[in-house]
Amino acid sequence: MTTTAAKKQLHRIDLIFKHEDDCKEILRNAFSRSDQEIVNEMVNSGLKGRGGAGFPTGLKWKLAAESDEKEKYVICNADEGEPGTFKDREILSRVPHKVLSGMAVCAKIIGAQKGYIYLRGEYKFLVPDLNKELGKFHDILDDLGLDFRVEIFLGSGAYICGEESALIESMEGKRGEPRNKPPFPSVRGFKGKPTVVNNVETLAHSYTILKFGAKKFRDLGVKDSRGSKVFSVSGDTPIPGIYELELGMTVQDFVDDFSDGDCKAVQVGGASGFLVPRKRFGKTTIGYEGKLTGISLPTGGSMMIFNSSRSMYNVLNNYLEFFEEESCGQCTPCRVGCQQLLKGIRAVKRGEKPASYLDQLLKLTETMKLTAKCGLGQSVANSFSSIVENFREEMIY
Amino acid sequence: MANMVNLTINGIAVSVEEDKTILEAAKHLHIKIPTLCYHKDLCVAGNCRVCVVEQVGNHKLVASCATPVAEGMEINTNTLKVRNCRKHIIELLLTEHREECTKCYRNGHCELQALAAEYQITNQDFIDLVPDKNYTIDMLSPAIVKDDSKCIRCQRCVRTCAEIQSVGAIAVAHKGSEMKISTFFDRSLDEVVCTNCGQCIVHCPTGALTEKSYVENVWDAIADPDTHVIVQTAPAVRIGLGEELGLGIGTRVTGKMVSALKRLGFDSVLDTDFTADLTIMEEGTELLTRLKRALVDDDPEVALPMATSCSPGWVKYIEHKYPEYLPNLSSCKSPQQMFGALAKTYYAKNIEVDPENIVSVSIMPCTAKKFEANRPEMKDSGYKDVDFVLTTRELAVMIRQAGIEFEKLNDESFDSIMGIGSGAGVIFGASGGVMEAALRTAYEIVTGREVPFDNLEITPVRGLEGVKEATVKIEGTIEAWSFLEGVELKCAITNGLENAHQLLDAIRKGDKFYHFIEVMACPGGCLGGGGQPFPVDNEIRLKRMNALYEEDRNLPIRKAHENPEIIQVYKEFLEEPLSHKSHKLLHTSYVKREQY
Ligand SMILES: Cc1cc2nc3c(=O)[nH]c(=O)nc-3n(C[C@H](O)[C@H](O)[C@H](O)COP(=O)(O)O)c2cc1C
Ligand code: SF4
Repeated sequence: MTTTAAKKQLHRIDLIFKHEDDCKEILRNAFSRSDQEIVNEMVNSGLKGRGGAGFPTGLKWKLAAESDEKEKYVICNADEGEPGTFKDREILSRVPHKVLSGMAVCAKIIGAQKGYIYLRGEYKFLVPDLNKELGKFHDILDDLGLDFRVEIFLGSGAYICGEESALIESMEGKRGEPRNKPPFPSVRGFKGKPTVVNNVETLAHSYTILKFGAKKFRDLGVKDSRGSKVFSVSGDTPIPGIYELELGMTVQDFVDDFSDGDCKAVQVGGASGFLVPRKRFGKTTIGYEGKLTGISLPTGGSMMIFNSSRSMYNVLNNYLEFFEEESCGQCTPCRVGCQQLLKGIRAVKRGEKPASYLDQLLKLTETMKLTAKCGLGQSVANSFSSIVENFREEMIY
Repeated sequence: MANMVNLTINGIAVSVEEDKTILEAAKHLHIKIPTLCYHKDLCVAGNCRVCVVEQVGNHKLVASCATPVAEGMEINTNTLKVRNCRKHIIELLLTEHREECTKCYRNGHCELQALAAEYQITNQDFIDLVPDKNYTIDMLSPAIVKDDSKCIRCQRCVRTCAEIQSVGAIAVAHKGSEMKISTFFDRSLDEVVCTNCGQCIVHCPTGALTEKSYVENVWDAIADPDTHVIVQTAPAVRIGLGEELGLGIGTRVTGKMVSALKRLGFDSVLDTDFTADLTIMEEGTELLTRLKRALVDDDPEVALPMATSCSPGWVKYIEHKYPEYLPNLSSCKSPQQMFGALAKTYYAKNIEVDPENIVSVSIMPCTAKKFEANRPEMKDSGYKDVDFVLTTRELAVMIRQAGIEFEKLNDESFDSIMGIGSGAGVIFGASGGVMEAALRTAYEIVTGREVPFDNLEITPVRGLEGVKEATVKIEGTIEAWSFLEGVELKCAITNGLENAHQLLDAIRKGDKFYHFIEVMACPGGCLGGGGQPFPVDNEIRLKRMNALYEEDRNLPIRKAHENPEIIQVYKEFLEEPLSHKSHKLLHTSYVKREQY
């Protein structure tokens, strides 16, 4: 492959970051429509959660709206802890009003009076600007007659607190440990009340949908992966940064655009995502198509490019070190599994365990996927198996 | 009534209430799903993942303890997938666990060991993680040993300490591979709010939390020909020991226990029930005195409600968490400590043995008693009043070691004096028992008549409920107590410190007023104590409770003040309740302690 070859340009989108100051109009318009209409609009848009799990946003709102409880909450998940992800920070600093508008519309539909932005501790520097923005935004809500207030809650640094139920626990002043599900937060969340937890980007997209309509959003992307997505591109690329791209592209298209030509593999979705080796670039699309294309987009849409100088063993070792430390530690398969995987690949590398031990570890990751309590433990298998299966020899020699 | 939900488990249809979990539904069908972090007494954690099962239509397995049933659900508990995963999970737990079963205190009683045996974990495929862990063993507490290397992080102890006891001495610290059960700044249990109640021990599935054992010290004392070893046995031991030795739950084994103790070589085998009766005399009089000060002298200083002080876990809880209520605690020592003080004075004189040469041992359903015996003030006899405290479980260990076929033993009687207890003393072992025993005596002192309950059984104070209330209207008082005429004596009984905490808060807020409260640190009272057999749940507690009341019903004397030995000890030694001598030997004071 050469860098000079003509490239097919990816479809770069400019929706999220486009500056617009019509949020009062958008909200006035939204509030004048029936809740049902808005829910339908969200459902029809095909928007799926951008925080990783890809749960249909319209459906999430609908579930929370259906509850008879008086007290409900909207939480914007701005914990952004996935290694290689930094797009929520960008969205919150450049277009916070879009995120807030999304929260307000959600609040109106489900009947919440209170919202929180759960902000990653490291993003504390955003607080003054966000508070200024909140002041202005609350004035708009007062003008429009919506009884809804948003407050910032600063997280304290654990990756697991990005998981929605651990996030809620930590907001309740408890140790950030994921809860048993069901019940899901939309049924029993913050303080035991129905709670919608949405990613920053998801909420910002809902603004786009309200402004331009479900159709415009739906027209972007493919079948089950509609709209655009903000990617955090990093690693061996001359042009790292944040890009809004249409969903449904192949990894090949992506690499053609972002790599300098020397690209051995791409890690899609951060440490909890998958490693795509070169031989599968053309066959793998980026989206929420589930098993069909083999790739979903876990947390955040991080795209990390590795060139031929990178040792996949080191990459995996790093990921496992991360998980071994960031597992909340409550459940057996994740807490002990992560330690075993990390020690296991090191033992194989040092020749203390035979190469076949990798197969045993692969089986272990399968158990972790099936039995861990939350997404963290369940998704360790993603990077582990995709790296070990595709770069087995690098693990051994 | 809750709606019913239909589901199938392993192809068998079952219909259960909608608020049940898969685990509970399976129980209906007599399908056992293994568990570790689950305990009937506690809220569901769902963290060990051993109980995972397959739900048709769900790619992932679900934790049966934490998953509610749903209409049409199809569950399989014994598929290849389930078995493989379970086996993995057990193997993983074992790699973090210092495997020294043969040297472990819980050998033979360990839930992890049992599960490993059930799943035939004979190989060690995964890497042993123990060498890289900096596991510590905390042995500083006189009551509880905490060995992190045996811990499986199920958090049963954490939930017990917080939910049942509202103490919070132990909590989860750190995350990932470093995650552990720890204390405030990782201090020893001896230096934190721990009440030594031992509920964490009876809820621990492994050997991570055990009692500090004094079995060897006691064997040494017995072996020493120059030592006279006295043993006292608490009320709840006689209904727990049989259970620990393989007889049915709630089997009454008083006579066999006495016989075993004699065979073990104890020189005097005596009964804590005796000092339980003595406690009633002292505490009952103290209550009446306090009432008199409040009602007749209008003394604003008198602290009401008066609270019982026989549960050392409760006493320490107050010292840590509610020091403003220290004046409310009865100044009476617990029956164990009253016994200890008398053993090395009155009893020593009686048997003409130099107290210097006496070793005083007590068998208790309790671990907090080990701490209590070590309190610096418990030396009123001039010696350490109680030298060694063994739990019911430790006594069972001695009996097994001695090769005694317990179930074959004939009944024998306690030695005398200090060997007779009334039925009132026996029921000290159940929540509500002290109250009932006190009322039996106090009512009669004040009115000259028996308490107006059928067969002396004051049923409102009995049972496992968290807080029980009783009001006794005092009528027809005799001359000396006429100031109590028409008074409605308000009493409350609570067990488990979380319930005690609720009760105290209600009193503090002024929502409730009582004259007398009985508090036992452990659920169900001493019968559910931290030194009693594993496992425990309410069903078991209830059986033990019934056994205690049966014991009471079968005793010839059922009121403390009618115990002939009590009458004798006052006549020969103590003179009268609250006498100068009583004060010196049988009463004590308390200290304020740190909050964490
Ligand atoms: C370990 C773990 C970490 C997560 N971290 C984040 C995060 O930092 N930000 C986020 O939006 N979602 C995160 N999630 C996903 C959330 O649990 C939740 O699905 C999401 O906030 C829902 O919002 P969405 O539907 O808009 O995506 C994480 C999930 C897991 C399992
Ligand atoms: S999977 Fe990991 S992070 Fe999630 S609950 Fe279990 S131990 Fe905690």
